[in-house]
Amino acid sequence: MAAGAELFSYLLRLGDDALILGQRLSELVGRAPEIEEEMALINISLDLIGQARLLLSYAGEVEGAGRDEDDLAYLRDVLDFRNHLLVELPNGDFAHTICRLFLVSAFKEQQYEALARSRDERLAAIAAKALKEVRYHVRHSGAWMVRLGDGTEESHARAQRALDALWMYTGELFTPDALDRAMAEAGVGPDVAALKPGWDERVNAVLREATLRRPEDGWMQSGGKDGRMHTEHLGHILAEMQFLRRAYPDATAW
Amino acid sequence: MPPHGSSTAGAELAPEVREAIWRALEEVYDPEIPNLSVVDLGIVRRVAADADGTPVVTITPTYTGCPATQVIALAVRAALDRAGFRHARLETALAPPWTTDWITERGRERLREAGIAPPLQSGGKERFGAPPEVPCPRCGSAETECIAEFGATACKALYRCRGCLEPFEYFKCL
Ligand SMILES: [Zn+2]
Repeated sequence: MAAGAELFSYLLRLGDDALILGQRLSELVGRAPEIEEEMALINISLDLIGQARLLLSYAGEVEGAGRDEDDLAYLRDVLDFRNHLLVELPNGDFAHTICRLFLVSAFKEQQYEALARSRDERLAAIAAKALKEVRYHVRHSGAWMVRLGDGTEESHARAQRALDALWMYTGELFTPDALDRAMAEAGVGPDVAALKPGWDERVNAVLREATLRRPEDGWMQSGGKDGRMHTEHLGHILAEMQFLRRAYPDATAW
Repeated sequence: MPPHGSSTAGAELAPEVREAIWRALEEVYDPEIPNLSVVDLGIVRRVAADADGTPVVTITPTYTGCPATQVIALAVRAALDRAGFRHARLETALAPPWTTDWITERGRERLREAGIAPPLQSGGKERFGAPPEVPCPRCGSAETECIAEFGATACKALYRCRGCLEPFEYFKCL
């Protein structure tokens, strides 16, 4: 079984992805293009926050330093976050919001499918649960990709622009580092490079139907999941997300 | 696997105690769906005894982020206390993950009564892309269309009937 410190970092990666994307989507409250879409995005956000709670609670227990899910979500600073860069980028326009959600959800689908077979039983249980929810996220965002890409000239152009802009953040998802390798060796997590074919298949099928052009793999951004170099955007999300807890550290009821 | 089926695991609990607990749980309703008890929803996974003979009730969440989960846990706790099982323990289990297949036949009937189309059987088998074809819970017409994949809660989608023209909710497969 994986050593505590490594498993802790690994759980932060998973939990922070869910937490930060959930927080990003929550920004759409009152601002989505139509009421049905607002309900959808907020429900997806709620799923993600639920997943984050399970993962961060577990991380806190593994760490054994007395920190719970709230401490981990609200009292860590930028450099301690371990999410992929892709989830912390701003929402941008609606096409950009949807495109990011689709790319991330398609990755989570592969990742949770593999994690559901983890040797770590608790992680496997969380992943099996999350996988069911994520499949709906893939379906919803995928249907929108098709509607936008195969829609009007304007919606097609915006969807393509979003895809082109986000592509350089997809490399980090499938590039293993020392922690990924250690987790794979311990049977806790998958070989992230092996998740790529399944992701490619899902993404290519949707892009084809959406009449969108898959960008060439070029230089890829990294530095999120190892905390080496987050974008400047993460600090802004944390400022909004953590303000209340930090301003009223002694509050016991919200 | 129906919820009652799993209640036989660890079965040192006296049958009359187990039945009294199940009866108490049948009066705990989902805060978001009128008349649907937690038993009919399939989220009570087990009523058994631990090594000391203390009753243990195991529940499982529907969706990880479902705001009703905590409310339901509190309501279950209160129902156990009221029924005289103050010493019973309440536990949460994630595995195996909840599926809409665990909603009982009576639960499906209650959903229909509330104007909500029950989930098609076999959760998770819906094909990628197209939303499923769901008959109207009011008039039974098969001529319906999906308006939104996520309704007022994550567990429901929004549909419209082309027959009676009424909108309705569909409890999605999970
Ligand atoms: Zn009808």
